[in-house]
Amino acid sequence: MARPRVKAPKTATAGEVIVVKTLISHPMESGQRKDDAGQIIPRKIIRRFEARYAGTLVFAMDLAPAISANPFIEFNLKPDASGELELTWIEDGGEQYSHSQTITVK
Amino acid sequence: MWNRREVILGSLGLVVGLPRPALAGQDNGSGKLIEAFTGGKTPGEGKLSLTMPEIAENGNTVPLTVRVDSPMSPSDHVQEVLVVATGNPAPEVARFHFSPASGVAQADTRMRLAKTQDVVALARMSDGSLQQARTTVKVTIGGCGG
Repeated sequence: MARPRVKAPKTATAGEVIVVKTLISHPMESGQRKDDAGQIIPRKIIRRFEARYAGTLVFAMDLAPAISANPFIEFNLKPDASGELELTWIEDGGEQYSHSQTITVK
Repeated sequence: MWNRREVILGSLGLVVGLPRPALAGQDNGSGKLIEAFTGGKTPGEGKLSLTMPEIAENGNTVPLTVRVDSPMSPSDHVQEVLVVATGNPAPEVARFHFSPASGVAQADTRMRLAKTQDVVALARMSDGSLQQARTTVKVTIGGCGG
């Protein structure tokens, strides 16, 4: 259901701060809406985003229902050496979506 | 006839004496959330910026940028930024957790705004000090699926 898209540079120079842009398709059902029968539609959101670089947690975000559908998250990273960027989105209920890519530091 | 002093005092009494359900009804718990983050300390201002449009035509998706002026070194960096909506059904919007590897303490996302309201951001630094920023966004069409 949820599909992540990520835009991050493949290479960086040492000491450079790079920008990572992410978007994941997800309805972010807030738990505030009602269906046609007047029943509250249960909350189902992406509640947590984590970014690891070379195995270390470098950025995280806790999301509330106030975050828009198809959550867009942009953050910065200063990679000291080449490594793997691993991104994880965690949904209510525990399901996870992930994306990883290598960043080469010259 | 009443003289001027009596009229002024009388109208003051009327204003003070009025029940204020409108104001009380606006509290969505944002005060408590802010208090829990600050622990009662008064945050400073100037280092944290919260950038949002002045007018949002569509409350379903309003861009938001938080940025903290910080060296982001192991000994002096931003740990956490909390974003609070004062006029949504629930006050919490997001918490951003930074680290020295962030390089620059900035994050962008998009949020829902149910109506015109103030949005508050609070930052906690590695030394425990706090920063606050606040902005008002006018919303044309609310964004909570009402």
